[in-house]
Formats: sequence, C-alpha cells, structure tokens
Amino acid sequence: MIKSLETDDIVREFLVESYEGIDQLDRDLVMLEHSQSDVELLARIFRCVHTVKGTCGFLGFSKLESVTHVGENLLSKLRDGALAVTPELTTTLLALVDAIRQMLGNIEATGMEGDADYGSLIAALTRLQEDKAAPPTSPTMAAGTPVVEPAAALVAASETLDIQADGKTGQVTDSSIRVDVGLLDKLMTVVGELVLARNQIMQHASVAPRSASLAAASQRLNLLTTELQEGVMKTRMQPIGNIWSKFPRVVRDLSFACNKQIRLEMEGRETELDKTIIEAIKDPLMHIVRNSVDHGIEAAPDRMAKGKPAEGRLLLRAFHEGGQVNIEISDDGRGLDPEQLKQKAVEKGLISADQAARLSDREALNLIFVAGFSTAAAVTNISGRGVGMDVVKTNIEKIGGVVDLQSTLGAGTTLKIKIPLTLAIIPALIITCAEGRYAIPQVNLVELVRRESRDGGHGVERIHGAPVYRLRGNLLPLVFLRDELGATGAAQDVDDELLNIVVLQADGRTFGLVVGDINDTEEIVVKPLSKQLQGVSAFSGATIMGDGRVALILDTLGLAQRANVISAERERTVVDAGVAARDHHRARQTLLVCGTGEGRRAAIPLSSVARLEEFQRSRVEWAGHYEAVQYRGQILPLLQLSSLLGFGASQTPGVTVSVVVYGEEGHRVGLVVDQILDIVEETVAIEHTAAREGVLGSAVVQKRVTDVLDIAAIVRNAAPWLLEASPEHEVAA
Amino acid sequence: MSTLQQYCTFTLDGFLVGVEVSRVQEIIRYHEMTPVPLAHRVVRGLINLRGQIVTALDLRRRLDLPERAAGAFPTNVVVRTEDGAVSFLVDEIGDVVEVDDSSFERPPETLRGVARQLITGAHKLSDRLLLVLDAERAAGLRDEG
Repeated sequence: MIKSLETDDIVREFLVESYEGIDQLDRDLVMLEHSQSDVELLARIFRCVHTVKGTCGFLGFSKLESVTHVGENLLSKLRDGALAVTPELTTTLLALVDAIRQMLGNIEATGMEGDADYGSLIAALTRLQEDKAAPPTSPTMAAGTPVVEPAAALVAASETLDIQADGKTGQVTDSSIRVDVGLLDKLMTVVGELVLARNQIMQHASVAPRSASLAAASQRLNLLTTELQEGVMKTRMQPIGNIWSKFPRVVRDLSFACNKQIRLEMEGRETELDKTIIEAIKDPLMHIVRNSVDHGIEAAPDRMAKGKPAEGRLLLRAFHEGGQVNIEISDDGRGLDPEQLKQKAVEKGLISADQAARLSDREALNLIFVAGFSTAAAVTNISGRGVGMDVVKTNIEKIGGVVDLQSTLGAGTTLKIKIPLTLAIIPALIITCAEGRYAIPQVNLVELVRRESRDGGHGVERIHGAPVYRLRGNLLPLVFLRDELGATGAAQDVDDELLNIVVLQADGRTFGLVVGDINDTEEIVVKPLSKQLQGVSAFSGATIMGDGRVALILDTLGLAQRANVISAERERTVVDAGVAARDHHRARQTLLVCGTGEGRRAAIPLSSVARLEEFQRSRVEWAGHYEAVQYRGQILPLLQLSSLLGFGASQTPGVTVSVVVYGEEGHRVGLVVDQILDIVEETVAIEHTAAREGVLGSAVVQKRVTDVLDIAAIVRNAAPWLLEASPEHEVAA
Repeated sequence: MSTLQQYCTFTLDGFLVGVEVSRVQEIIRYHEMTPVPLAHRVVRGLINLRGQIVTALDLRRRLDLPERAAGAFPTNVVVRTEDGAVSFLVDEIGDVVEVDDSSFERPPETLRGVARQLITGAHKLSDRLLLVLDAERAAGLRDEG
C-alpha cells in the first residue's frame, strides 16, 4: 500500500515535470525553425526529451519510452549538425510532442499510456533520421559517431549536458519550491479574514477613547496586514507568458493551415497577473489571436501586392500601468473596414440603415463586439463560429476589464485590454440605501455627483416616467437604487434637498445611480454568493464590513440591465459615444428622433412627449374604428404617425411597435412610429418652411434635415374626438 | 436488525422536525442578518459566521407555514450541504433524539405540496411525531414553486 502511494507521488511529479518540459518544447521547436543554428536551444530540446525518456523508462512506460527514444535519436543528429531543420522535420517533432502529451494525459487519467498506435510517427522519425538530404556540415561529425553506436554516444553527450545544466541553473531550482494552489487559495482566504479583522480594529481604535498605545499597535497592524496581503497576493501571481507559451505553436499551425507567413512577437511575457485572472483571459486571448491570424493578416501574395513584407507580424504586448495590466494584440494585417462592418450589421439586422449612416468610423469598429456579429465572410474551422468577439468582450468585462479596438484600414488592427491585477481584494465605494449598506467596485465608478437643491439649476427631470439628470449638458439616465431593490416604505422624494448620484459605467453606457448616502472607500474581500442567491442579477457577491456585518456588492452591469439602461434593441451603446462627443456649450433643445418609414426621420420636442413605450404587436386590439392597446389600466388609442403625415401607412415588420405617448388633460394618445432612434440635445434652428399641418418646420438634426413635428396639432387634426371624449374608459382587469 | 439514527430536532409552528446530526455544523442563537433585496422570499439574509458568509433560509416560509410572531427571534441551525453551509431559521432548538429505523414511516399520500418533497417521513416517538427533513432539498430553492 505504502509502496504504491510512493509510486503515485513519483508518477505525479513526473507528470508535472514532463508537462512543463513539453510546453517549453512547443515554444522551442517553433523558435528553432527561425534560428536553425542555435546550439543552446537544440541542447535544451534534446535534454527535455532525454529527461522524459529516462524517467518513463524507469517508471515502466515502455511505449512512451520507445517513441521518445526515436525522437531523441533524431534530435541528437540535429544537435550534432548531421541534419538541418526543415518545416517537415519541425512538424514531425511537434507531432512527437503531441504524442507525448497524449500519453501523459492518459497516464494522468488512467495510469496507463493508452492504446494508441504510434507506429507511423516512429517510422516518420526514423525516416527523417536517415534522410540523405543532409546539408553540408562538418564532414567528420556526419560520418563519424552517431550511426554506429547511437546509444553510447547519446549517454555520453547527455551526461555532459546535464552537468552543464546543473552548473547553470542549480541555484534557481534550489531557491524555489512547488506549492499546491489549494494551499495558496487557503492562505489568501485567511489573509482576507485578517484584512477584515484589521478593518474592525482600526474602526474601534478610531472611536475608542484616545489611547496612544492602542493607536500605535493598530497602526502597526495595519501596515503589517497590508504587507502580508501584498506578499500572499504575489505568490498567486503568474507571468502571462504561461498562457502565451501556447501561442507560438497555435500561430504556426494556423498559419500553415491558412497558407500564410506569420511571425509572432511577444513583449513583456514576464508581466504578472493573479492566477484566477490568468485562467479567465486564457480563452479570450486565444480567440483574439486566432482571429488575427485567420482574418487579420493577409496571405503573402496579397501582402506583397500592397507593398507590405510577405511575412505578417503579430505582436503580443503586456505591461503594468496604474495598478492594471495592459495587454495589446496587434497585427499588421488588412485592418477593419468601417463601411463593410456597417453594411454587415445592417444585413444582419443588428442596426438600421439610418443608425449605420450616423455611426462614426470608431463607433462602427465597435460593432464587432455586438452579439451575433462575425466578420468572417465564410465560416472557417479556425474562427467565425458565431461565438465571437462579443463573448470575448463579456468575458473580459466579467473580470472588471475593458476592451478597446483600434484599426486602420490596410495597416492593421490593435486590440487593447485592461484588466485589474487581482479579484480577491478590491477597492470599493460603500453606500447606503433603504437601510442597507452596499459596496460598488471602484472599477465601475466614473464620478460622484452631490446635488443640493439650494445650489439651484436643474434637479431630476423626467421624460414622463424616465428620470434623467443634466450632467454638464448631457442627459444622464438615472436609476434609483431604492426602486431597483424593490424597497418599500416612503418613496424617495427626488426633489428633496439632497441628491447623491453615483455615476457608473457598464457596457460602454454611463448612468447615474441615485443612492441614499455615500460613505467611504474601503478594501473589501469579495466572497461569492451562495447558490440560493445566484439568480439575483443585482449583486455580484458579498463582503464582511469592518463592524462584522455582511454587505452586498452591487453588480453594475446587472443593475444596468435590470433598469433597462442597456437596451439591446436600440443599440444605444454604439450611438451614444457620438452624442457624447458633440459640443454642449450652447443652449439646447432636447429632441426625440424617430423613423417614420422609408428612412424618413422626424423629430419631436421632448417636452411634448409624455412617455415612450414599446408594445408587443400582439397586444394591439381594435377599439371601434381605431387601433388601441391596454395601457396602465386604460385604453390607449393608437395613430400611425407616418400616415398622418401623408407618407402612407408604414408597415414595419417586427414583434413590437414603438409608441410615442402624447398626453393632454388626462387624455392619452399613442403615436406609432417605425422606430425610436435617439434622444438628442442640439441647438436647432427651426426654419418655418413647411406648409404641412402639424409640422413646426425643418431643422438640421445630427447633420440631417429633419422635420420637427408639433404632435399636439397632429393629434388635434387627425382625431379631435380622442381628446374630447369622456376620458379613459377603465378596463376591467 | 435495526439501525439507530440521531436527529437534531427543532420546532416549527408546533411541529417537531429533525435533520441528521451528522449534517449539523453548529447551532447559534439569533444572529444579526443582512437582508438581500430581490431574493427569494425564503432567503431572510446573510450572516457572518466567523468570516464565512452564510445564507439564512426561513424554514417556516420554506414549508409554507404561517409567519413567526413579530418579535420572536429564530435560532440558526447551520447545516452542511453540497454547496457549502446554509443556516436554517427555526423556532426553538430541541434535543438530539436517537431513534430506531423501525419507528419510521413514509409520509401518507395525503401529504401534499411543498412538504411532500421536503419531508421524507416521520418517526413515531412516544408522545409525538418527529418529521424528517431533507436538508439538501430544503436548501435548494429551485424545484418546486
């Protein structure tokens, strides 16, 4: 029993070492292709295969031994210069690495090598050894030693190598030890507890009657805890090179498959990140790299035609900056064509032609992050399977990261990712609302706005139901945390003397979260929520505060989605950046821009709009001779705006109808528009040129000539009885 | 041939309910809770159990029993489940009862609703019935409505 346990340990150690070795092999082999004569590199490759062979022979894995043995022989010839590196040779050696990896995997899973047959691989390796197409090398070496008695020569050679290696790397291995990740996780948890206890003590020390010694001790505790926290955090750090190490192989294989020449360069592979983050960005990074190879970089002839070097360049860069890690993936490929992207988005029905026309190039680039968008014209087996950049973006945002895309048509694309160093302990803003205390992760925070009514100016304004706040001339949608949390009790009076707004960013949208009180920022230890609470999208976790009580961590993205700040249908994300970028200094009018059929646009002064609604088409019923929907317990008559304007009834397909609700003295009428495009704040000069009833005039809105409507007049003209009839027949619920 | 079973017992609206002793991590008196807005109504809040955050579930609500009288403080029975520790809020904690398999009977067909899925059966004690609670199911909130 004990013996087998010991053997298990040895096997496990063998596996760990061999995995590390073959990961390195992948990289080295690809590198070898570029630097043929690198003796040190060859020696390292040889040593690695030799070690695997030696150990597996000792452990009785004969199949693995026989495969590695042939590989070793081939490598020894390479090392001695008897053979030259060719792509075929590299491919075969990589196949050898795959075979080793496969067998290691089997050993790990079942304890056996598995029953795959490696006969053809062995044959290929043997054949390459005897390849007479050997390059001119030093004739004495080629003719002499290896062929006659390979084994003896190898043993001798490898012994000298091992001695060399010991001499060089001995100190490094002696000063580091292997630690189980579970143990590190546990340490991290304990340090988390310590941080909380420290926070508690600091709080007591600040309230307690002045005691110099307590103050000094707690100060010292504070420093030590911080130091310990940083230290433990460091143990969990891994260089990003660990996940990059797979890329040379991937890029090589892919570029072979796509018939492209690509050189992969990596800078800052020693940049360190928390292990959990490394895990989280592994797949997104792989996806981006595959994309660049598959779609970004052109095939050699195309490149030459454009006057670029035949070999494409893919650069991975990582560096620390401002407490965050930056990762950049850039290629010098064809770049993204904003026009093509827009066209494709329209084809896929992700945005309307109208919206597309208004997008700036930069906004158009961001279209690739919209769900359901894939740039590949043809779906290849390498990328373009529909799960695309949107997944990459969500995954990165999930860990508090930000993705930014820059591209120049014809010159290349750069994707920049910013991610936090760690997730376990994060700085957060503590707020209170409806008797509860909540933490908001600082990464989502844009700014804090405190408005007192005596400061004058605008307070909360409403587009009927939807509250907004004017922040430096921009309309900031407001979300009342109290309402979102479903708090009961006295409703928050928004015109009260004090308003605390936490401006947050989620998915590229900015919104204001109205909270009760803003306390302080604190380092918090993030704890996951139990299964019973995972369906509650408003929270991302919980933490223990200095006083020992539990506080919930707000999930900015989840809140924004709950409050419909992020609406997939209207693509505000894309449009918003353009609106924000415009000039805000002059006096402005807020206009609702909507589509009225066949690409026509109309603007309605927002002041005359009571509310914007979207109804399921199936809810539209007939009430007498007009269409209507049941709305807030009443009947809301519907009028087709485009037919009232004399454009003919528009019939937009779709399951929902967009309705602008107009209200006058308790009467409500809904005007059906094709689409609600945007709400803009612009300085508009209305020119009174229109002769039509119900049109105030024309104005240039968002660089386009747009009719500005007088909806009161339109309704009055079209259906005066709707505003006169005895109001609102109650609908029996 | 019979086996002995030990149950940690507690009361809920007059019923005597038990969970296997081996599942119970600890019993704590009333503990301050942080309510979780928007959560399932059975979730009464989160408690800080020496640095571990534990979700407290109201067993009265879980079993569709009437609400606890205002001002009555529930007791926390912290049990281990597959997904970590969960605290059951109960009325009063009782003794640890040792019972024999032979006194066990499956619930009658007339037992309906939520209880049918959460109560695996009853042990006939000399003076009253001990209802056996399926702690794992009680802690999961998905299955029934």
